[in-house]
Amino acid sequence: MSKEKEKVSNSATEFYNSKETIDGDIATINFGPTHPATHGIFQNILKVDGEKIISSEQTVGYIHRAFEKLAERRPYNQITPITDRLNYCSSPINNLGWHMTVEKLIQAEIPKRVDYMRVIIMELARIADHLICDSVVGVDTGALTSFFYPFQEREKIYELYEEICGARLTTNIGRIGGFERDFTPAFHTKLKSFLKTFPKAFSEWDSMLARNRIFMDRTRGTGPISPERALAYGFTGPNLRAAGVDYDVRVMHPYSSYEDFDFIIPVGVNGDTYDRFMVRQEEIRQSIRIIEQAYGNLPEGNYKADVPDFYLPDKADVYNNMEALIYHFKIVMGEMEIPSGEIYHSVEGGNGELGYYLISDGGRTPYRLQFRRPCFIYYQAYPEMITGQTISDAVITLSSMNVIAGELDA
Amino acid sequence: MVLSNEDLQSQVEALLGANILHSEINFDILSIEVAADKIHSIIAQLQKDEKLRFEFLTILGGVHYPEQINREFAVVYHVHSWKHKIRLRLKAFLPLSNPSIDSITDLYPCANWMERETYDFYGISFNNHPDLRRILNEDSMDYFPLRKEYALEDATREDKDDRFFGRF
Amino acid sequence: MGKIDDDKVINGEGYQLTTLDKAVGLARANSVWPLPFATSCCGIEFMATMGSAYDMSRFGMERLSFSPRQADLLIVAGTISKKLGPILKQVYEQMAEPKWVLSVGACASSGGIFDTYSVLQGIDRIIPVDVYVPGCPPRPEQIIDGVMNIHKLVKKESMRRRYSSEYKDLMSDYKIEIKDNGAK
Repeated sequence: MSKEKEKVSNSATEFYNSKETIDGDIATINFGPTHPATHGIFQNILKVDGEKIISSEQTVGYIHRAFEKLAERRPYNQITPITDRLNYCSSPINNLGWHMTVEKLIQAEIPKRVDYMRVIIMELARIADHLICDSVVGVDTGALTSFFYPFQEREKIYELYEEICGARLTTNIGRIGGFERDFTPAFHTKLKSFLKTFPKAFSEWDSMLARNRIFMDRTRGTGPISPERALAYGFTGPNLRAAGVDYDVRVMHPYSSYEDFDFIIPVGVNGDTYDRFMVRQEEIRQSIRIIEQAYGNLPEGNYKADVPDFYLPDKADVYNNMEALIYHFKIVMGEMEIPSGEIYHSVEGGNGELGYYLISDGGRTPYRLQFRRPCFIYYQAYPEMITGQTISDAVITLSSMNVIAGELDA
Repeated sequence: MVLSNEDLQSQVEALLGANILHSEINFDILSIEVAADKIHSIIAQLQKDEKLRFEFLTILGGVHYPEQINREFAVVYHVHSWKHKIRLRLKAFLPLSNPSIDSITDLYPCANWMERETYDFYGISFNNHPDLRRILNEDSMDYFPLRKEYALEDATREDKDDRFFGRF
Repeated sequence: MGKIDDDKVINGEGYQLTTLDKAVGLARANSVWPLPFATSCCGIEFMATMGSAYDMSRFGMERLSFSPRQADLLIVAGTISKKLGPILKQVYEQMAEPKWVLSVGACASSGGIFDTYSVLQGIDRIIPVDVYVPGCPPRPEQIIDGVMNIHKLVKKESMRRRYSSEYKDLMSDYKIEIKDNGAK
């Protein structure tokens, strides 16, 4: 059984590429920064010949909020709210990735139950992120209904987050060493009902777009990228998997007990918008599979590690026990004892390999914290992906790449 | 097949020899220090080597160490070999008087924006970079904000009273 | 019979005008067309407010206008950096009168947790704001509360407000020119 990569073409691109000469003048069009179809603030100055794009020049940095400098000012447990705002569509993944980085530095022993709880939360976040991206691809091809149905499902995921941490979007979930509390009974009820109702609602929405003739004609052949170019541009995540390369940090360097779970990595064929859409849809199904496995086998144990230097003690102990009082004071004031060293840890975020490069000099705040932001790295390839395509194709390519402005600019 | 960090250390030392100024295994990554003027050839060797195949550049960034005289800036590269499932960290130190280093954009196109970001934050200039200018900050900014001597807050703001924020 | 105060008769508002004001205010308030200037996380909460759980369409606001000329309400949701400030001001200036501004989230209201060199500490440094919605990000119920406060302002606003001297002073504080076509 050999898989041949069939060259899928886009009839509009073929038409424009067949014209040998440039007709008339080259127009310069400003695609952004405030544009309804760029979901985020990016500017692309396009030079077009008719509708065909000849070249484009990008400007980023419109929401540069200086996270890396801000992190040098904040103690380790106060950096979690900043990591929320990187890829804000799936903030729990960013938070838990940061906690894992610090736990690597302090060499903490994490109980298995915490690992499984983290996996459930991270996969829920991945589903939420892919729901936004794919609904937006649908909206940009004209299917506005495709926005309303997934957002109902996102509300259910928000309710699950609220049971754990109280917040909907920028969650600041968990603590260094585990979670604030065990899963409440309400969480168990809600998760069970989510696992029962979501697959049906998802396939109803999916059937609207996945084999829809108009959608396929619009998205097949737009914004293609070959695997070699994708690797050269540092692509990771669903965009790389759509191009045909099965790189997933969860499989290559498993963290948080991902090696215990059985899931497949969906891979595309042509690297175009349709493949990116389908890879994300399939990843949602695989995430449901992982959640079912993790929830079904949730081990007994503690919901937190034994790291009293970093994990706030129980309030009852704080009022009765001298040691707990001192730990509480030190943690809240940010005077924790951190060993010095350099760590690089990465997790599979919604967009790819989200990495944290932390240099600690033993002080209360990091000496240097650099975020490896997948959006920033793969957005460089955008001009190459849209050259020769029409402007409407450029719009769908941008939304299918899931460029989140918070992660792009940090 | 998966290499261990010790095996990688011996293979990298065999490949690069005297070009490695310092090497140590930090937590779970082998980290080597190399001279800044040889960085391009060293990374090219690591990329093209048939056995090692460090063909993926994960991240590139800068660090500012104001206390180390003549080694104030460090440019840190993390490369990743998928064949052996192992990462390698390279560091090159640069003096404050002349913070410039060769660009590796021709080896890894994804280094383009990462080097621009390092230039924007620290002022480290990359030779032979196709388009070295600021990326995240405004072009008119006249200082390099992530250097340690500059404060986080904007120095010209007049609406926040520092007394209320614990900053004096 | 006292002397008729010429100024009040010519520039003041009688009974008919104030009733017309109320009618016009009602019409404007129930069909505000927003321009979502959504930059970051608050933008996602705004999208959730537009969704079916916290429907904005019941206020007549489901018709989002990305063109400033056709919008009534500028909803700034998310962090505005100094690089983006001139663009926001240009969008505000392009909007036609009457226009209102809703600042959603802590970052748009005051810079939020980002007291850094690159973030504008509140959009009211560059444009006049009518209603602030605090939160990081605010829940959709809070955004709807902000919208309802905008509706209160819209209903109470007199049709002559945009020509009054206080409004002109406000605009000159922000160095925004009002293109006056001779109407007083």
